[in-house]
Amino acid sequence: MSNEANAGTLAHEWRSRFPTVNYLNADYGWKSWLLTKDHKRIALLYLASITFFFMIGGAYAAAIRLELLTPQGDLMQSATYNKVFTHHGIMMVFFFLIPSIPATLGNFLVPMMIGAKDLAFPRINLLSWYIYMLGGVITFAALLFGGVDTGWTFYVPYSTNFSNTYVVLAGLGIFVNGFSSILTGLNFIVTTHTMRAPGMTWFRLPLFIWSMYATSLIFILGTPVIAITVLLVAVERLAHVGIFDPALGGDPVLFQHMFWFYSHPAVYIMILPAMGVISELIATHARKPIFGYSFVAFSSLAIAIFGFLVWGHHLFVSSQSVYAGMIFSLISFVVAIPSAVKVFNWTATLYKASISYDAPMLYAFAFIGLFTIGGLTGVMLAALGFDVHVTDTYFVVAHFHYIMVGGAMMGYLGGLHNWWPKMTGRMYPEGWARFAALVVFVGFNLTFFPQFLLGYMGMPRRYHVYPTDQPLWQVLHVMSTGGASILGIGLLIPGIYFIWSMRYGRFAPANPWPATGLEWRTPSPPPTENFPVTPVVTWEAYEFRPVEEMAVIGPGTPDEPIGGQHPLNPGGDGGIAVNREP
Amino acid sequence: MATNAEAIEHGHAPESAHAALAHHFDNLEQQREAGTLGMWVFIAQEVMFFGGLFLAYLIYRMRYPEAFMAASNHLNWKIGAFNTTVLITSSLTMALAVWATQAGRAPKVQVALMLATVLLGFTFLGVKAYEYHEKYVDGLVPIAGWFNPNHEILSHIPANVSLGQYQMFFWLYFAMTGLHALHMIVGVLIITPIIYWAWRGRYSPEYHAPVENFGLYWHFVDIIWIFLFPLLYLLGAHFKP
Repeated sequence: MSNEANAGTLAHEWRSRFPTVNYLNADYGWKSWLLTKDHKRIALLYLASITFFFMIGGAYAAAIRLELLTPQGDLMQSATYNKVFTHHGIMMVFFFLIPSIPATLGNFLVPMMIGAKDLAFPRINLLSWYIYMLGGVITFAALLFGGVDTGWTFYVPYSTNFSNTYVVLAGLGIFVNGFSSILTGLNFIVTTHTMRAPGMTWFRLPLFIWSMYATSLIFILGTPVIAITVLLVAVERLAHVGIFDPALGGDPVLFQHMFWFYSHPAVYIMILPAMGVISELIATHARKPIFGYSFVAFSSLAIAIFGFLVWGHHLFVSSQSVYAGMIFSLISFVVAIPSAVKVFNWTATLYKASISYDAPMLYAFAFIGLFTIGGLTGVMLAALGFDVHVTDTYFVVAHFHYIMVGGAMMGYLGGLHNWWPKMTGRMYPEGWARFAALVVFVGFNLTFFPQFLLGYMGMPRRYHVYPTDQPLWQVLHVMSTGGASILGIGLLIPGIYFIWSMRYGRFAPANPWPATGLEWRTPSPPPTENFPVTPVVTWEAYEFRPVEEMAVIGPGTPDEPIGGQHPLNPGGDGGIAVNREP
Repeated sequence: MATNAEAIEHGHAPESAHAALAHHFDNLEQQREAGTLGMWVFIAQEVMFFGGLFLAYLIYRMRYPEAFMAASNHLNWKIGAFNTTVLITSSLTMALAVWATQAGRAPKVQVALMLATVLLGFTFLGVKAYEYHEKYVDGLVPIAGWFNPNHEILSHIPANVSLGQYQMFFWLYFAMTGLHALHMIVGVLIITPIIYWAWRGRYSPEYHAPVENFGLYWHFVDIIWIFLFPLLYLLGAHFKP
């Protein structure tokens, strides 16, 4: 049914067989979705729920930006504003950014990229989605019952002794949600170690897998610490045992150490998968192997490891010793190096490459530029003296939004676009996608660049009132809110055309870009078991063939057997027109 | 990997596939490897989970050494030592149960050893419950409003130790042993279906992964206690009130 639509195109020449039965229509009914063991269906379940929580977080963001249009606190009271930014943070950090790429793209692609039929533990995969939903429901209930006003960082002693909001309930939701992450990470680690297809050695893996592996290490080692921290806050709040209470011999700074011991690696959980996506997008849309593959692969591991050693840079002004501060500052400078290695290598990949400016590539470009700005401002913040000046100002807010929105979210969007054809069997409308990418880019910069200036000039974060005698501040805030509106529109457009494409989009071939990678050597959408035949990998990662060569001998490997028996399509003619040595 | 190539080509497991082989694995060996690695990774994250409490213990012990010694002195180390022996023995019976499945011993041997493990686990939990009750009676449960040590205990607290610091030790005692006991209860819950399947003869030298992986978990729970016992019970061994 699809091949007529693509007749005459190069994609059609590759004789992708659009199967009658794929993972989407293999089974019908709500039970087949809610009790599925198929990692691809679970990825779509996550996609739906993550989008839902993203919209909630976005609504709170809109409320924040609306309030900040004027210097007075005229839209909401301070207590309400405290709740609004807390909810924005909790929803965005725990229910969007942390699971976004791992749970959607990771779940979908990790087995396919390594040539496996599913993840190592499919039922644990489904369980992790249910746990995510349970955590989401509990947290959302806390927001609806009356909310939390501690900030997403719920520092003690406010959260334990003084806040009159639903701290324990929200904390419980976050605690439960953490186990979803842990199970996902566990699944990815075991899958990557034990289920790679024959011939798929570690250094033939797509760089996305390296990133997901590094992310999973952080999931496993970091998330339990926030779990116990949240538990202790709840116990302290309920039983007043004194663990963080100075009156009873406790130490509030201990909370900060424990909290940031997870929450700093958490930000690497948010960015590493996006970096993995960018490696794939650049290789695919520049038709060139990533420059310095092993450096990029090892840099993912280095970021994961060093990320555990820098949490103290969140405690520079917390009464932490200056000497500890100096050490954390130094290591924070060091942790920027592997990230920089990636940016340099991606840029080097673009040199003399065949770049096509599809939407995924536009998002990749946006990532490189915006992540660089966010990362450099992070290095600035790692400097003790400068940090003391801008800590708890909008400079920090702008820094992390450049990384999380300009970086991670762009990676997420780029990845969604890149793999949309594979996931749904449909192409999205390219023109609208490019337009939306532009709108998002402009809106994002307009929203967050003024915040660097505001922060440097002293605008504190989490304040909804600012001085009236600084007209420039209101100008910058108005720019920021205007930018947020544009950003919102830009994000709405893909929401519309993605849904539209599922019904009316052009049918996608197995490999529309075309890209290397095992996931592209199976039909779009894939059958439930992913590969009709377990692939045997005899080629390196990102082995691109010239387009003209592929037109003659198909997308196959250099070792394709004579006679056209493609290992993934034994019944077909394999596209081989030339008789040659194996 | 002596597998049926044609069957794999058609996308399903070979005719001779073991009943316990899941659809997404190529063979039992891969499945076993995945299961074991999964359990080790899970244990790694459990270590990090307990690690938060150990960190709190470390910090506060360094700050309030006298308070911790005085409070630990109040715990009955003999009961703690008994419990330690019980738990180590339960690890022994569990290890023997794993061996029994590996060596293809009769189901009733496997079941007997696993039941011994459960019995010893219950003994441990029972002793713990008794200890907790004692603390409650003495007014040492560190919940606001319940923490009310009796006069005899108060008289043994050194002059330079505040009641808050003393309470801190008991809070850590209950948190760490409580979390440990919770993990033991979960362990007993998980071994129950395993015992049932062992009785049904499901485990053999070819397939005994669940028993082995549960054994790993049980040994982990044991090792946590091995750390908890000296840190909590033996701290005040030489303390003279």
